[in-house]
Amino acid sequence: MSGRVFFYAVLLVALITVPYWISGDYYVNVTSQMLFYGIFALGLNIIAGYAGLVSLGHAGLFGIVAYAAAYSLQAGFGHVGAILIALLLGLLSMAIYAVLSLRATGIGFIMITLALGQIIWGLAYRWISITNGDNGINVHTRPHPFGLSVDSPAGFYYMTLVVFLVCFAAVAIFVRSPLGAALMGTRDQPRRMNALGYHVWAIRFWACMFSGLLTAVAGVLFVYYTQFISPQTLDLTASAEVLLMVISGGAGTLIGPVVGSALVVVVKSVVSGYIERWNTLLGAIFVAIVILMPEGLVPGTARLWRLGLRKFGAAAKPAVSEAKP
Amino acid sequence: MTFWLLLTVNSITFGGLLFLVAAGFSLIFGLLRIPNLTHGSLFMLGAYFGATFVGGLLGIMFNFWVAALLAALMVAVLGALIERFLLRQLPGNQLAQVLVTLGISFIAADFCLMVWGGDPISVAPPSALSGFIRAGAFAFPTYRLAVIVIAVVVAIALWLLLDRTRLGAMIRAGVDDPDMARVVGIRVSRLFTIVFALGAGLAAFAGVIGGPILTVYPGIDQYMLPLALVVVILGGSGSLLGSMVGSLVIGFIYNFGQALLPELAYFVLFLPMLLVLLLRPQGLFGRFVP
Repeated sequence: MSGRVFFYAVLLVALITVPYWISGDYYVNVTSQMLFYGIFALGLNIIAGYAGLVSLGHAGLFGIVAYAAAYSLQAGFGHVGAILIALLLGLLSMAIYAVLSLRATGIGFIMITLALGQIIWGLAYRWISITNGDNGINVHTRPHPFGLSVDSPAGFYYMTLVVFLVCFAAVAIFVRSPLGAALMGTRDQPRRMNALGYHVWAIRFWACMFSGLLTAVAGVLFVYYTQFISPQTLDLTASAEVLLMVISGGAGTLIGPVVGSALVVVVKSVVSGYIERWNTLLGAIFVAIVILMPEGLVPGTARLWRLGLRKFGAAAKPAVSEAKP
Repeated sequence: MTFWLLLTVNSITFGGLLFLVAAGFSLIFGLLRIPNLTHGSLFMLGAYFGATFVGGLLGIMFNFWVAALLAALMVAVLGALIERFLLRQLPGNQLAQVLVTLGISFIAADFCLMVWGGDPISVAPPSALSGFIRAGAFAFPTYRLAVIVIAVVVAIALWLLLDRTRLGAMIRAGVDDPDMARVVGIRVSRLFTIVFALGAGLAAFAGVIGGPILTVYPGIDQYMLPLALVVVILGGSGSLLGSMVGSLVIGFIYNFGQALLPELAYFVLFLPMLLVLLLRPQGLFGRFVP
């Protein structure tokens, strides 16, 4: 346990000092991306990992929020107004999305969310009078929370870090809460949970709403970071990318999605500098992880670590017992 | 009047094309219990293969129908390989199987972009079908009518296959109760491969047939896949009648939507899906809730 506390403390210090030990604005920006995609992945992990409901349309929700923020900023609402509108619209969309897709679980859930996500993408692509089609919408400003400027990469990084830490803490509390435990119960034994008197549907619905809130927060950060939104942000590749973050890091673990998002963002930014074929690599990583390491990096590494400890312990013990008599 | 009549013909044509894609998708779903997310890519691969054969490969210009059958055959083999060597590695793990099909679809899309580039390729319909058929004051493009005929022929053939042959009876048994089918001695795993290949071949065939209507471009996979998904959600998985009715309904809604509300064409697909999900989650003719 103390090992874990130490690990998180080191991670926290490392994150806070990023702009000092990483040189170059580019890399600070990459770290910001890791963090807001990390929030997005944390959100998807709530339902894909803890509820066992794999959503392939989350980029659609992410996009709705980003478009809402960009559109209301363009329409002249202030930052507070735009962010509130975006978050509320995101939650409303999530409610509709959840009511429709929670008609099914398992594979049916995947199918419905995929279709919904593609329909949202189609809307963004075709509804040119609102979304400006393929040309997208530009956002020219960034907010000034508490009078602090976040125009510089480091400033934006710190804002993202604060939001990320709040979200991470919220997820950690949620997972340990009775609702979180009930949610994992509905994932593992839905019928027993039902027999015990839990309202399985309602638990799943509220999990979806929490997931939607995190997705919405990530969407707002995204639109302020890139200052641009186009239908590409919503397509199936984007939904698959965030799912890859969750699965590669370890679905149903707290830190897994964050590790996954760091991995995907790094691979994507490094690789896209050398080759154009990001999609092939994405597909290949997907297939490889699903077949070779289905549990994800974090649980996989933890398992190997424990295995190593036990081996080490087993090797050390006989030596001790020999020394005793 | 002409406008509406032409729109109706176009809707039926599109519905027919959609049926060719969705029938295989629905059968695969019914039997393997997974949505095959490579289905759009198989359609696209078929379309590109067809366009290449028709446009001339190594100096040989293929006849349109030969090209269609050849493309369908190639993609059917590819489908069988995907089923045998990737999906078979993950028995019983449906989530992993879906994710693998998703991964393959990205690789396929990138492959097509690499080989055929980003520009749309238009495909000429067979010369015998390139004109118009006049009926009184109206003129209908012959090719679109021909597509309807092809879809009807394929539908009848599939119905005969499923309803009148031993193989069809085995497939139906596998859709209804795979465990029981295994117990009575049906090799369900072999059916998986056969149905996957059949579905892949049909999708590729639809790709070639659809080429002259839709033109072939990168991204057509992500255009067709949701349509097939919505058809199956609407009609119910594993049901031939369901894919037929679903395809027609979606063909009409999509085409009329595109003509009347072009900005919201994709969005109006949402309405039938919403109604079906709320009122009848297994789909109109579905046998089970996925």
